[in-house]
Amino acid sequence: MTATQPSSTAAPERPSGPSGARPGPIEAVPVRHPGRWIAAVLVLVLGIGATASILQNPNLDLPTVAEYLFKPLTINGVLITIWLTVASMVMGVLGGIVVAVMRLSANPVLSVAAWLFIWIFRGTPLLLQLIFWGFIGAFIPKIVIGVPFTSIEFWSFTTSDLIPATVAALLALGLNEMAYAAEIVRAGIQSVDHGQTEAAHSLGMSPTKTLRRIVLPQAMRVIIPPMGNETITMLKSTSLVAIVAGDDLMSNIREAYTQNYKIIPLLIVAAIWYLALTSILSIPQMWLERRYGRGFTGPRPTLGSRVATITQSIALPTREARSARASKKGAVS
Amino acid sequence: MTATIPQAAPAASVVERPMVEAVEVHKRFGSLEVLKGITMSVERGQVVCLLGPSGSGKSTFLRCINHLEQIDAGMIRVAGETVGYRERNGKLYELREKEVAAQRRRVGMVFQRFNLFPHMTALENVIEAPVQVARRSKADARAHAMRLLDQVGLADKAGTYPAQLSGGQQQRVAIARALAMEPEVMLFDEPTSALDPELVGDVLDVMRGLAESGMTMIVVTHEIGFAREVGDVAVFMDGGVVVEAGDPAQVLVDPREERTRAFLSKVL
Repeated sequence: MTATQPSSTAAPERPSGPSGARPGPIEAVPVRHPGRWIAAVLVLVLGIGATASILQNPNLDLPTVAEYLFKPLTINGVLITIWLTVASMVMGVLGGIVVAVMRLSANPVLSVAAWLFIWIFRGTPLLLQLIFWGFIGAFIPKIVIGVPFTSIEFWSFTTSDLIPATVAALLALGLNEMAYAAEIVRAGIQSVDHGQTEAAHSLGMSPTKTLRRIVLPQAMRVIIPPMGNETITMLKSTSLVAIVAGDDLMSNIREAYTQNYKIIPLLIVAAIWYLALTSILSIPQMWLERRYGRGFTGPRPTLGSRVATITQSIALPTREARSARASKKGAVS
Repeated sequence: MTATIPQAAPAASVVERPMVEAVEVHKRFGSLEVLKGITMSVERGQVVCLLGPSGSGKSTFLRCINHLEQIDAGMIRVAGETVGYRERNGKLYELREKEVAAQRRRVGMVFQRFNLFPHMTALENVIEAPVQVARRSKADARAHAMRLLDQVGLADKAGTYPAQLSGGQQQRVAIARALAMEPEVMLFDEPTSALDPELVGDVLDVMRGLAESGMTMIVVTHEIGFAREVGDVAVFMDGGVVVEAGDPAQVLVDPREERTRAFLSKVL
């Protein structure tokens, strides 16, 4: 209430309390976190101890690690692993979108077929599927294209010619991934507000165009993080193809250590490569998340700012802060 | 219970068919009958305001006009064309989704919750349908979109994403987006109900301008003042029927029906 103030003098430069002075910033002793310090020291001691003991272990054999890290055998394995991962993920994601749309379709036949597909390929172990595709020739020796229940044949192939080991591996990984991707895509599509579809329809967009231009781009926000997980899982799952095809990183490494018995150093070589590849994978994921996050959030935190936040929360008090506090204490006493 | 709307008799053409024509429209959701025979006709250039308590069926009726809901009985025509069906030899054939989409192009719709595409800027929202549906060139669509954004007072927000706009600004972009397809009739489904009170005026101003430019409009609204000032016809609905329809100055000031009177006394 400004009723007490005479209106003639009303030329307030700042609307503030009766004294008119703005209070200075709050100066208070910050809360101490002794628990954080104890935990940090404990973890550091344990970490340094473990690292030291590993590095001093003669079985580590770093020269062998260095020797095998860039050997053609290793590099070829890495390339096959990358190829298998990329190819089966492309197959899995594209097929997964189709299966997800089928699953959401109003056509009961399509919906049930999609459900059945997911049920089978998500419900059995990947290893089993790999072996199955590897030995598909034993199950279906010949693939015939013709009229069923008659002897009319247009084409016939021997299965093992049509599906060599690498294709079998790809089929197993890709089909398995399709089932998982379908569920992720379905969740993504369902997360988009129905009002978006209605708005697109009211503008005269067809259902296909609505899906492609409006729903899927928004679903991508929800789809990408779990799909990143899937890609990392796939990268590691490619090591299972050793059973049928081989030539991937893990198969080559295993082949090498069964000959020279340098198991641990060679496993470390493989681990380094898998870690390097999964780390590299997070870059396109971050890029995709930013691309499809447009319009949903403000500027996203960069890696640098995130590190800054972490260091801030455990930061040591700076010298200035300490001396300031000390001088204040002196002033009080 | 039905009511025909007294027509303001457009001066130009006498035999012109009504822009929107509804005959005995029924719609049920499961066991709940939401529309119990709505008959109404809207002339080209008319502004019709639908009022009534929530659950009276006014939004559902609006959504039936562009086939977002399918009606169970009766008939809706937009510019003489039956919505959702083709009549041939006295038989009705259901339209394909593509044909329904083509029909919707002449009807613009503005939603209560805006439904802007959040992954596109204001400008991209407006040019999306002209480029993707009407196959206009991007440059052409962009120039048109900028004029429309200017018309709704948001030319400076063309590059902004919806999340960074206020509700009122989002709704005005949504109006520009609907206008970009050059519709013959505009449907407004409670366009100001989700807005903060101080933002309502800007949206209503845009709608007033649109009405003055001769656009045919059907507006579901709780803004009695707007209906009185801008509307040519006010329709009061309750329980899935039209209770009363006519000149807003009469329906909204001195209604004949007790139900209208009771509703107005609660809203005003």
